[in-house]
Amino acid sequence: MTRRYDGRGRWSVIRPGPTDSEAGRPLSPHPEGISVPAGTLYRGREGMWSWVAHRVTGVTIFFFLFVHVLDTALVRVSPEAYDTVIASYKTPLVSLMEYGLVAAVLFHALNGLRLIAVDFWGNGPRYQRQMLWTVMGIWLVLMAGAAYPVLHHAAEILFGE
Amino acid sequence: MSVESSVDLTASSAAYGPDNPAPVIEPPRARTKRTPRNRRTNFEMHAWLFMRLSGIVLVVLVIGHLLIQLVLDGGVSRIGFAFVAGRWASPFWQVWDLLMLWLAMIHGTNGMRTVINDYAERDNTRFWLKMLLYTASVFTILLGTLVIFTFDPNIR
Repeated sequence: MTRRYDGRGRWSVIRPGPTDSEAGRPLSPHPEGISVPAGTLYRGREGMWSWVAHRVTGVTIFFFLFVHVLDTALVRVSPEAYDTVIASYKTPLVSLMEYGLVAAVLFHALNGLRLIAVDFWGNGPRYQRQMLWTVMGIWLVLMAGAAYPVLHHAAEILFGE
Repeated sequence: MSVESSVDLTASSAAYGPDNPAPVIEPPRARTKRTPRNRRTNFEMHAWLFMRLSGIVLVVLVIGHLLIQLVLDGGVSRIGFAFVAGRWASPFWQVWDLLMLWLAMIHGTNGMRTVINDYAERDNTRFWLKMLLYTASVFTILLGTLVIFTFDPNIR
């Protein structure tokens, strides 16, 4: 029997139960084949962390969208006002933030398509983990492809031509 | 020994009988003056469906937008008033941006509503955070719509 302390005054008990094959249940995706009894701390795996990342990227994009509509609205003030603000979008620091925005949008978009597959495709829940690694693979390729176009102006300013 | 004593009566039910009937408990679904009929709607189901349908459309609109603004043909370095004027001269890009604005704002507002509902535990906090959210969202959608429809390339 194992005990785990959550750091905030609460202990939980982890009892190793019978393995799935011992209990006659279908094999769980848990690699040890151990069934964890109810009442233990939930330590998420890929599914939980993708949920966290979806939430964090979503909130980030929402706040950017709010700012972005406001800066675009400056086209109704004057061309100079708009161009002044847009000039800040071309600085190295903001270019790096744009790359971060691209990262957030691409993850949110690809993982969102995975969520749709989990909800509407019959085998979606079974393959959710494989689909997440597919999402991460496509995300990495697209991020590598976006690095030069988004960042090369910043690199030229910082390191010269 | 009487027959009654062989039945275990619990303390709460022992006092009730034909002469002392138990109080009538109103069923939880009973209609009152405040809720004269079933007021439940399918709002949450429609919101769930909207997130998925708008999400699919937004994948195309937003990634296309990022490609044009940040990646293709020099990326962000060529953006300025003249670039905006050139694109919004075409109704196609006006509709693109308008659709993107409305879908992204409603999609994002509904996502933020979910986040607030999850983390703000006090009723008052939750209510006022959502009021702030809805106010900011309506303002942003109306402002953006106004800008797209009233854009004037010859402003100066």
